[in-house]
Amino acid sequence: MAAAMKAESLDIETAIDELSGQLRACLNERNIDNPIMVGIHTGGVWIAARLHKLLALTAPLGVLDISFYRDDFTRIGLNPQVRPSQMPGNIDGRHIILVDDVLYTGRTIRAALNEIFDYGRPASVILTVLIDRDGRELPIQADVSACHLELGPQQQIKLQGGPQSLQLEISALDNKG
Amino acid sequence: MNKENLQLDRHGNLRHFLTIEGLNRALLTEILDMAESFSGVTEQSIKKVPLLRGKTIVNLFFEASTRTRTTFELAAKRLSADVLNINIPASATSKGETLLDTLRNLEAMHCDMFVIRHPNSGAAHFIARHAAPHISIINAGDGRHAHPTQALLDMFTIRRCKPSFHNLCVAIVGDMMHSRVARSQIHALSTLGVREIRVIAPRTLIPASAASLGVHVYHDLRAGLRDVEVVIMLRLQHERMRGASLPSEHEYFQLFGLTEDKLALAHPELIIMHPGPINRGVEIDSATADGPRSVILQQVAHGTAVRMAVMARAMHHQAAGTGKYQ
Repeated sequence: MAAAMKAESLDIETAIDELSGQLRACLNERNIDNPIMVGIHTGGVWIAARLHKLLALTAPLGVLDISFYRDDFTRIGLNPQVRPSQMPGNIDGRHIILVDDVLYTGRTIRAALNEIFDYGRPASVILTVLIDRDGRELPIQADVSACHLELGPQQQIKLQGGPQSLQLEISALDNKG
Repeated sequence: MNKENLQLDRHGNLRHFLTIEGLNRALLTEILDMAESFSGVTEQSIKKVPLLRGKTIVNLFFEASTRTRTTFELAAKRLSADVLNINIPASATSKGETLLDTLRNLEAMHCDMFVIRHPNSGAAHFIARHAAPHISIINAGDGRHAHPTQALLDMFTIRRCKPSFHNLCVAIVGDMMHSRVARSQIHALSTLGVREIRVIAPRTLIPASAASLGVHVYHDLRAGLRDVEVVIMLRLQHERMRGASLPSEHEYFQLFGLTEDKLALAHPELIIMHPGPINRGVEIDSATADGPRSVILQQVAHGTAVRMAVMARAMHHQAAGTGKYQ
């Protein structure tokens, strides 16, 4: 795993190149041929689209909006701007590369895994994230990540400006119940 | 009490879904967008999402319905809610239990949402006003008043077929007098901003209030269908008709039944809709109902996704948070 670094010094384009290199190595190591790449809305889809191109994958890119699978519906309700999920055909027995921008609590990935399994039974799932930050609340780890960021619990990090000019925005979290 | 406010909570979120009136374009569009997302659930090998797991939804039908009740049931099940179907024929109320007694009993069973169909106009509003605060009410058709989920699924169907609502000319043909569907459709079409809404029917089947809804009234089917891009046929509602509103079904079909021949002046990309059930040979010819321009079966297919969206949105208000999604 990459050494911890400050968010300000992160160059996204370099990080994406680094990520695609690591991912290629991971696929080679596991002898995975013709995987299906799936991005999580919204930031994960932007990263996945770049990786999909860099790795010249042939299966179309899948997209997931995990709103219907979140664990906080009874606390905060439903995102009114939910977008359709789309899987490129049958995923039974296929190797999936699940892509998100930031891995934090692990709850988004839990929801995404549940949604993926409602589409079928993949042979394996490789979790690929641009940024790995501390604060996991579930036993979920990335297989491939470009960098590890040190952020306090009051800090929020978000990928902006996609799909063209990606940049990271770090802000203080609102105090909410 | 104000009918419009009854449907929304203080954050403007949907709380009950009783009528299209009082809901703005942004909210209707959000529900249609969400239905688009829910329609993808049928492509999953497990056709369910866990959103309403642990919630109990009661289909409370005081009037016969197959299609509407079935799609509501399917919608609730695809959202992983538990569903109770309770059919109460009007005669059962003669046992002495009032509507409010029925309501209190169901509340005691810890239900979260009632989907109500009732022969009396205003029944869903009445129940929404008297139900416990945590319960959401969805109107599945009340008397001659409203059938808002049907109207929304019709809007969803139009949106799937047409690029936008703005330049559309839509004709509603038939028994508007007794039709809760037509009333809800007219409100939805005007809220979504269609260019022109026409109502085509014999004088006896158009209520005096029609003009106040901003529709253009025609009594000649051919003339009324000129340049129309969407035609919505209404069912002749024999069960709601009292007295002689019509000379005969045969004569009605001659004048107002939709046939290929009468569509000669309509827009070349016309679509034909019908909320069902169809009286073949009365309001529409079989060949036309089953023809290439008919989207009647698509309407049924869209019913589940639209009802999932309405249920999910209405249940959102039960979330304990501030009402703001992050």
